[in-house]
Amino acid sequence: MDKIKSLDDLRKMKQAVQSQLNLRERGENSENYVQIKVAMATCGIAAGAREVMNAFLRKIEDDKILAIVTQTGCMGYCHSEPTVEVKKPGEEPIIFGHVDAKKADSIVDKYIKNGELLEGIIPVNYQTIV
Amino acid sequence: MDTVNLIIDNKPVVVKAGTTILEAASGIGVHVPTLCHMKLSDLNIENKPGDCRVCMVEVKGRKNLVPACCTEVSNGMEVNTHSIRVINARRTVLELILSDHPADCLICPKSGKCDLQNLAHKLGIREIHYQGEQSHYRADTSPAIIRDIDKCIMCRRCEMMCNKVQTVGVLSAINRGFYSVVSPAFEMNLDHSVCTYCGQCVAVCPTGALTEVDETGNVIRALSDPSKTVIVQTAPAVRAALGEEFDMEPGTLVTGKLVAALKRLGFDYVFDTDFAADLTIMEEGTELLNRLSRKLSGDKDVKLPILTSCCPAWVKFFEHQFPELKDIPSTARSPQQMFGSIAKNWFAEKLGIKREDLVVVSIMPCVAKKYECGRDEFKANGNPDVDFALTTREFAALIKVSNIDFSTLPDEDFDNPLGESSGAGVIFGTTGGVIEAAVRTAYELFTNKPLPRIDFDELRGMEGIRQATIDFGGLPLKIGIAHGLGNARKLLEDVQAGKSEFHAIEIMSCPGGCIGGGGQPYHHGNAEILKKRQMALYREDKNKVIRKSHENKYIIELYKEFLEKPLSEKAHHLLHTEYFDRT
Amino acid sequence: MYKMHLLVCGGTGCRATQSKQIEENLRAELKAKGLENDAQVIITGCFGFCEKGPIVKILPDNTFYVGVESEDAAEIVEEHVLKGRRVERLLYTDPENKEHISDSKHMGFYQKQIRIALRNCGFIDPENIDEYIARDGYFALGKVLEMSQTEAIEIMKKSGLRGRGGGGFPTGLKWEIAYNNKADQKYVVCNADEGDPGAFMDRSILEGDPHSIIEAMTICGYCIGASKGLVYIRAEYPLAITRLQIALKQAREYGLIGKNILGRNFDFDIELRYGAGAFVCGEETALIHSMEGLRGEPTVKPPYPAESGYLGKPTNVNNVETFANVPVIFLKGHEWFSSIGTAKSKGTKVFAITGKINNVGLIEVPMGITLREVIYEVGGGIKDGKMFKAVQTGGPSGGCLTEKHLDTPIDYDSLLAVGSMMGSGGMIVMDEDDCMVSIARFYLEFILEESCGKCTPCRIGNKRLHEILKKITEGKGEPADIERLKALGNVIKDTSLCGLGQTAPNPVLSTISNFEDEYLAHVNEKRCPAGQCKALLKYEVDENLCTGCTLCFRNCPVGAITGERRQPHHVNQSLCIKCGVCLEKCKFNAILLT
Repeated sequence: MDKIKSLDDLRKMKQAVQSQLNLRERGENSENYVQIKVAMATCGIAAGAREVMNAFLRKIEDDKILAIVTQTGCMGYCHSEPTVEVKKPGEEPIIFGHVDAKKADSIVDKYIKNGELLEGIIPVNYQTIV
Repeated sequence: MDTVNLIIDNKPVVVKAGTTILEAASGIGVHVPTLCHMKLSDLNIENKPGDCRVCMVEVKGRKNLVPACCTEVSNGMEVNTHSIRVINARRTVLELILSDHPADCLICPKSGKCDLQNLAHKLGIREIHYQGEQSHYRADTSPAIIRDIDKCIMCRRCEMMCNKVQTVGVLSAINRGFYSVVSPAFEMNLDHSVCTYCGQCVAVCPTGALTEVDETGNVIRALSDPSKTVIVQTAPAVRAALGEEFDMEPGTLVTGKLVAALKRLGFDYVFDTDFAADLTIMEEGTELLNRLSRKLSGDKDVKLPILTSCCPAWVKFFEHQFPELKDIPSTARSPQQMFGSIAKNWFAEKLGIKREDLVVVSIMPCVAKKYECGRDEFKANGNPDVDFALTTREFAALIKVSNIDFSTLPDEDFDNPLGESSGAGVIFGTTGGVIEAAVRTAYELFTNKPLPRIDFDELRGMEGIRQATIDFGGLPLKIGIAHGLGNARKLLEDVQAGKSEFHAIEIMSCPGGCIGGGGQPYHHGNAEILKKRQMALYREDKNKVIRKSHENKYIIELYKEFLEKPLSEKAHHLLHTEYFDRT
Repeated sequence: MYKMHLLVCGGTGCRATQSKQIEENLRAELKAKGLENDAQVIITGCFGFCEKGPIVKILPDNTFYVGVESEDAAEIVEEHVLKGRRVERLLYTDPENKEHISDSKHMGFYQKQIRIALRNCGFIDPENIDEYIARDGYFALGKVLEMSQTEAIEIMKKSGLRGRGGGGFPTGLKWEIAYNNKADQKYVVCNADEGDPGAFMDRSILEGDPHSIIEAMTICGYCIGASKGLVYIRAEYPLAITRLQIALKQAREYGLIGKNILGRNFDFDIELRYGAGAFVCGEETALIHSMEGLRGEPTVKPPYPAESGYLGKPTNVNNVETFANVPVIFLKGHEWFSSIGTAKSKGTKVFAITGKINNVGLIEVPMGITLREVIYEVGGGIKDGKMFKAVQTGGPSGGCLTEKHLDTPIDYDSLLAVGSMMGSGGMIVMDEDDCMVSIARFYLEFILEESCGKCTPCRIGNKRLHEILKKITEGKGEPADIERLKALGNVIKDTSLCGLGQTAPNPVLSTISNFEDEYLAHVNEKRCPAGQCKALLKYEVDENLCTGCTLCFRNCPVGAITGERRQPHHVNQSLCIKCGVCLEKCKFNAILLT
C-alpha cells in the first residue's frame, strides 16, 4: 500500500475509490439523479435485459453521468421487452421499449444528455412498483 | 513577587499569588476548619485531596462552594467562610461523616486527641440528622499497628504518607462508593504486606482508625510480678517530646523527669538507650573504617557505601524492596537490640539472675520497634532480648494511669552501668545525628588526631536528602543522609545502579528522624514541633561533658570487661545481625 | 461491477438480534443465485432505528427493510435483488396511516433528524478506510494542515461547538487553552468511557465511523501541538475496540497518522487505553488517573487537564461525539455548522431515546428542537397509547421533566434552567405506570454503585438519600423525610468534588419539585399512585363482585386467601406477598388493587 504523502495524493485516492460509494450516495438522494430502471422480470431477462443494464452501467460510468441504474419488476409491456424507464430529476418518467445495448447508448447520448426524444417511447399506463 | 488582593469575611487581604484561601484566611486569624488537609511545611509533605469537604467556603460568583484548602486565591475574590450556607453545608458534611463513624468516643484510644472529635466539638454538633447504615470492615492487628478501619474517614493522609512519602505502597483506597476505605490491597492483613511498620500512617491518622499495639498492660503486669527484675531503656527522641503529652512547650527537654517517672513506676533499673547508641557507634564506626581501609588498600569486593541500620522500618524496607543490597548496610544491631542483648547476656549474669527473669522494656518514639523486638534473630530460646517496646504515647498513658504528676517531678539520673551516654548518643534521635556521631568517633580512630570541631552543621537540617564531604585527614569522606523512605529509595536506586559516590549513608524512615517517629505525641500537622524537638536534642548534646561515643567510660569498661574490642567474636555474636530477603 | 449494495446493520443492537446471520445468509443466497458479482453485502454501523432492527438497507433503490430475520435473506435476494420487487412485508409501516414506507427519509423517526456526528453510521463500511475517504474523509485534516494552528482553533471557536459529553464547555476554547500551555509533550485524549445507562452514541460512532474520530484527534493534535493521542475506551466495547484498531492500522498504512502526515512536519499517533467500566472515569481528571494506572478518582480542578493532565502534561480531553463533529466543521465551514442550532448551542445532539416510547433508538437532532418533537415525532409517542409522565435527560444525574417542560428547546442552557441537563444524551421516557419515587431511588442506586467514594457528600450523603427514599417506598416515610431529602440533596450538590456528586441528587430534587404529590401520597397515605411500590400495594376482594369461584384461593402461593365456595373470599393482608396472581386469575374483576 502506497502512503498518502500529500493532499494531492489524498485527492487522487478519493477519485480512485469514489465509485465504490456512488451507488449508495446517489441512491440515498435518488431524486437528484437520473434514474434508469431496467425491467428485469423473466420476460425482460429473456429478452436481454441483463445486457441492457450492463450497457447502461458502463455508459454512465464512461460518460460520468450522474445517474443510478436500478432494476425493477415486470412493467407489463412484455411485448416490448427489454423495457427501461428513465426519469430525469423534476421530470415525468419516460418508458423506452425494445432497448438493446446500442439503444441504451443513444438513450444516454440523446435523451439524458440533450433532452431529445427517441423512438420507441411507450405511453405511461402503470404505477411504478419500485 | 505577584500579589493578590481579595476579601475574606469582609476584610481586605493581600497575599502572594498561589496562596490558597485556607492559608490566606489563616493569615488574618480566620481558621477555616479542615480534616483531610495536612501540611508539614519544609518537609515537602502535604495531603490535599480536597475530599473531606469540611473546609468549604463561599466565593462570590461561584455556583458551588469551594474547598478552601485547595482553591487558590485570585484578584477580587470575595470569600465568606461562615455564611449560613457555609455553616449548614459544613455541619451537614460533618454529620454525614459522624453518621458512618462508630460513636464509641468514650473508649476510643484516640479520645481527646481525635481531630474528628475536636471538629464535632468545634462545630457544636448535637444531633446527627442523617442516620443510616454504618460501614463495617474486618479489624486487623499486626505486631505494631492496629487498623480499626470502621473509623476511617477517607482523609487519605495515611495513604499519602505510605505512598508518596515512604513509597512503601501498602495503603490505598479500596472498594467504591459507600464501602470505600483505605486498606492494603485485597483487604490483606498488614503483616502479610510489605508494610515496614514505620508508623507514619498512625502519626497522621486524624481518628482512631490507625493506632499502635498497646503494651502498657503487659508492662504493668511485669512490674507487679515480684519474681521479675524489670529494667527499662529510653530512646533519645523520647525526652524531647514526652513533655508535649503533659501540655509542655514542644522542644522541652524532660530527661530528668522522665527518669524520675520511670523510677516511680517501679522499674528496678532505669537505663538509657543512648548508652547503646554509643555502643552502636563503636561497632558501626569500626565497620565503616574497616571497609574504608580495605577499599583504600585496593580490595574490589568491599561494599561501600555502608548504610546505617538503626532503624527497624528501614531494615524491613530494604529487605522487601532491595533484597539484593542486603550486604551493604552495617550489620550492627539497632541501639534497642544492642541494649537488650547486653542486658540479657551480660547484665542478667551480673545480677545473678536467669535471662527469663529479667524483663527488658524500651520506651521508643517508634512503632516499628515493637516489631523489631519480636524478630526471631533477637530471641534466645524464645525469650526476646527486649520484651516490650512502648511508644512515647503509651509511656505517657502509663504515667497518667499511675497517678504521677509529671510536671512537678524532680530531675533524677539514669542508673549505671547502662545509663551513661555521650552527646553523640543523644543526637541519634534526629536525622543526621547517627552519622554525625559516627563521624566524631571514626575521625579520631582513623586519623589518630582529636577532632578540630565537634558540631558538624553540614550534616544537620530538615532537607529530605542531604550530602556533605568531611575531610578525614586528607581523605574526603562523602556522606549522604536521607530521612523518609521515599528519599531513602532515591539514594538506594543510585547504589543499585552503581552511581552512588558516598562512603556512608544514614537512613531514618521517619521524616525528621526518630523525633518525628510514629510513636511520638501527635504533631497534628505542625512541622514546627518536629524542628523544636530536633533543636532540643542538639541542646542536650551541647550540654554533655562527653560528646564522643568512644570517650564514654562505661563503654570503654564494657569492652574491657566483656566484649574485648569492636567487631570481636563476642561483639559479632551479640551486637550484630543478618538480613533476609523478604520478597 | 456491483449494481446493488445491501447494507446490513452491524451495530450492537442489530448484532444482538442476529444481523451477523442475516449477512451470512444474504451472501450465501447471492452466491447460490450467481449474483455475488452483482450485489455486494456491506456491514455498516448503527442506523439508529434500533426499535425496528435488524435493519437491511438496499441501494441504489433506497429500500429500508426493518425487523429482518435471517430466514428473510432468501426472499430478499429472490424478490428484490433478482426480480427487482420490494418485499412489502419487511417495509416499515407508518403507524398513522398504516402505509408502507420504503425510503427512510419519509419515516417520522428520521424526518426531523440531521445527521452530522452520525453522518457515516449506517452508510459506510467502518472497516474500509477507502469508503471513509470517498466520503471526503481526511480532507478536513488536509485542510487544517494548510492552516496555522491558531487559524484552525479560531474556526473551532467560531463554530460554537460545545462538549458533547455533558459539560458543554466550548471546544475551541478548550483547544486554545491547551495550545497556550507550552510543554515538551502534550496529549489529545478521546473520552470513550460512555457510561450513562442506555446511552450508546459514542459506541455507535466508534463502531460505525471510527476514522472520523482518528481524523478529529489528529486535527486536534495539530492544533494544540500534541504528537500523541489516547482513546480511553471501555473494555466492554469489544466491537468498537476492534473497529478502532482496524481503522488505526489502516490510517497508519496510508500514512494518515504517524510521521510527517500528508507531507507536513507533523507527527501524530494514537493508542488505546482500556477502562474497566467505572462511570466516574468519564470525568476527565478521573479518566486521566485511570489511564495513569491510578485509582479512577477525580481531583480538584484547577489544575485543569489543559494545564496538567496525563503524566502532568497539558492534555485536551474531548468526548467521542464532540470529535465526530470536528471534521465536518472544517469541511463545510463554521458558518454552516453554526447556522444549525440555537444562539448558544450550535449543531446537533445525538440522543439515545428509550423507555416507554415507540421508536427506541439513536437519533441526531438539531439543538433547539423541543422535547415534544423528539418524543412525539421522532420517538413516535408513548408506547401502548399510555399517558406521558416524565422524561429524564442527562443520564442518571439529570432531572425528570414533565408535561409542562415538553416545549422546552433542547440545548445546554434551557435544560439546565428547568433543573435537568444535556448530559451525554441519554433520554428516558416514562409513562403513567412509572412511580417517580421509585425512579429517583433507581437512579440513586446507580450513583451509589458508581460513586468513587472519595468525597464525603457523595460517599455518605447519597447513601443517606437512598436510605430515605427506600424508607419512603417501603411505606415507612415520615413527612419530615421530604424536607430532609431536599436539604441533604442541596448540600450534596453544593459540596461534592466532581460532577458526579454535584448532579447526583438531581433525580431526587427534580422529582420532588415536579411530582411532590406522589411523594406526599407515599408518605402521608402510604399509597403509590403508579402502583409500583410493592410494599404499599393492597389486594382486596370486592365482596359484591366475588362469586366465590375459589380460583384465587387455589392459585394463591402463600395461602393468604380464605373463603367458602360461592361465598365472598378474603385476603389476609399479613400473609399476602403482593404477587398479583389473584388479580390476574380472577374472571370477575373482583380483586381490587389499592
